[in-house]
Amino acid sequence: MSYQRIKFYQTGTFSVGNRLLDEANRTVQARMERTNSLDSGHRACQGCGEALGARYAVDAAMRASNNQLVAVNATGCLEVFSTPYPESSWRIPWMHSLFGNAPAVATGVAAALRAKGRTDVKVLAQGGDGGTVDIGFGCLSGMFERNDDVLYICYDNEAYMNTGVQRSGSTPPAARTMTTQAVGARPGNEFGAGKNLPRIAMAHGIPYVATASVTDLRDLEAKVSKAMKIFGARYIHIHVPCPLGWAHDPALTIKVARLAVESGLFPLFEAELGRVTGRTQIRRRVPVERYLELQGRFKHLFGDPPDRETIAAIQSIADEHVKTYELLKEEGPHGT
Amino acid sequence: MPVQIEGSQAVAAAVALCRPEVISCYPITPQTHIVEALSAMVKKGEMGNCQFINAESEFGALSVVIGASAAGARAYTATSSQGILFMAEAVYNAAGLGFPIVMTIGNRAIGAPINIWNDHSDSMSMRDAGWIQLYAETNQEAVDLHIQAFRLAEDLSCPVMVCMDGFILTHAYEPVEIPTQEQVDAFLPPYDPVQVLDPADPMTIGAMVGPEAFAEVRYLAHHKQLRALERIPQLSAEFQERTGRASGGLTGAYRTDDADTIVVALGSVNGTIKEAVDELRNDGIAVGSLKIGSYRPFPTGRVRATLHPAKRVIVVEKDLAVGKGGIVSSDVKMALRGTAVVVQTVIAGLGGRSITKASLVQMIREAREGKLDEPHFLDLNWTTIHNELARQQQQRRSGPVAENILRAAKAAASKNF
Repeated sequence: MSYQRIKFYQTGTFSVGNRLLDEANRTVQARMERTNSLDSGHRACQGCGEALGARYAVDAAMRASNNQLVAVNATGCLEVFSTPYPESSWRIPWMHSLFGNAPAVATGVAAALRAKGRTDVKVLAQGGDGGTVDIGFGCLSGMFERNDDVLYICYDNEAYMNTGVQRSGSTPPAARTMTTQAVGARPGNEFGAGKNLPRIAMAHGIPYVATASVTDLRDLEAKVSKAMKIFGARYIHIHVPCPLGWAHDPALTIKVARLAVESGLFPLFEAELGRVTGRTQIRRRVPVERYLELQGRFKHLFGDPPDRETIAAIQSIADEHVKTYELLKEEGPHGT
Repeated sequence: MPVQIEGSQAVAAAVALCRPEVISCYPITPQTHIVEALSAMVKKGEMGNCQFINAESEFGALSVVIGASAAGARAYTATSSQGILFMAEAVYNAAGLGFPIVMTIGNRAIGAPINIWNDHSDSMSMRDAGWIQLYAETNQEAVDLHIQAFRLAEDLSCPVMVCMDGFILTHAYEPVEIPTQEQVDAFLPPYDPVQVLDPADPMTIGAMVGPEAFAEVRYLAHHKQLRALERIPQLSAEFQERTGRASGGLTGAYRTDDADTIVVALGSVNGTIKEAVDELRNDGIAVGSLKIGSYRPFPTGRVRATLHPAKRVIVVEKDLAVGKGGIVSSDVKMALRGTAVVVQTVIAGLGGRSITKASLVQMIREAREGKLDEPHFLDLNWTTIHNELARQQQQRRSGPVAENILRAAKAAASKNF
């Protein structure tokens, strides 16, 4: 693996490359030895959350595995924008088979490595929300229940973006997609539908489940690094804004992701063997409007007059998350 | 020394001798006994470090095997019927990516109506997927073909299906010679992949290919099968040298030399056909038969060379191209294009219906007298069919066809008592 010198800089976020840190505490991305596993020059859209998430996740997995990593990818944006032959952006052994079988292919890779006694090589499988919560769900559940030695990462941009923004089992209520259009009496996606895959993963009793977001890349790296040290089936669900499908300014990807977390709509937590063992508490809670109003997919909620009822229903989802995952600090005598 | 053994157990023993490193499967009748036996051998530690993965579906099972093959392991699975349909996307994918997987098909009909018995509809549905398809006539041949299949697959980096008739072979006990480990090891070297997922030499496998290269990639898949046309007889000959047994090969001709009529078929029915041939030969009728051992690649040249001196060819096939007729007969007709040979299609044995020697003998006689309809459905109960068609004419809501046919069959059976 070759190394690339990088420039350190302040990003204005809480994310990467803080040169004031002691070297041992720096992020994987801020290190001289980062592997650039997903190399530059790929074809992701401007502001793509998935490309960012994958870059950090895979480099962290590489570091944690001592660069002995094999990746299996489901069909989807990540697969398409990173590959067309002969311009692969992958600097690691990487394979794509089908849309719905990445977890099973990864199981096969892990089984082959075990058969060959290659315990030093680790297996990463990755896909978007469609490949994970919908078409690949059967294979994923099988991989979980057998506790196969695979880390599966889902980059959740909440719809089928590669085929042109259609609804998935991960699309949030009220969101406009091309198959849940902003028309009719109840525009956008239905309420009361959809899957919570991190909870489903937890129900399998696997050793490690976590959610992460591109707004907190240090946390994302830490979770991937932790997961890589655990044997068995592991699952990380990363929230990745999609400027195309969500119709937000590509410059605002990190901000949109941060507002999802700070509103409580996307809780950051960890679970081990089916129990929640950690959460990232919200420092400054924001109402869901701040998150929704930046995105064209929720534009129909902000007409004249705004759809207060629907916004309130979304707010109650966030409130429920805050309660369930204990996302707010107990107010001490001096406040927070 | 031959042992008296069930076909599935014999195949499991043969697969184990090939030292697979990863086996994954999903239960479906009638292939289950094979993978059950393998799972026990793995669990007992008789297969070294071989990993046995119980998948959540056939699609999952073949996908596991694809991953294992990509990581450089010799990998095996087995399925039947609905199972091969459920894994269809992965069947094409394995061939497109060029992984030398070996898969046993315990041939079984496809529903609806659901039916667990033998015909060739399942493997025929995947005939153009890019896999080599070998059809076993006997359990001995099924054993030998599996060993040849791993070698062939790995020589060409192309997956191979070994098709054996469900129940008729998979569940039949007959004497089978199981090769020794030394014989198999001498014939089948360790797997040396042409592409492998290895951190020491990172490569991207399975990326998108556009119009500028797709046709060339597809042509090379075709070219692989053309090479298989040469390799299959060579491997069969080498196998015979080592074991003394003639197994495999592209085709097998029986009493065809001076035959004016030749019956063509795949799989176990060739045994019954040979007996029918013998009976007709005893009556002085010049009949022979041709077994097609390799259906993909289709041995067009060999088939033509064997069949073209005959006047008439009867293709007995356990499948149906609905709306057209025969599948194998189309290939045979293409092989005989430009000749005056008459090719007739006989659809037989669907859903496990017995193909008896008596029916075959009568059918061949009728064919020689020019009395056979085209395509001909062997032993079809026309009374039942006409009755059901009439029922459907009389009432719009005539109900499930399969139930009506079974009612009619039961009524006819009770009248006979």
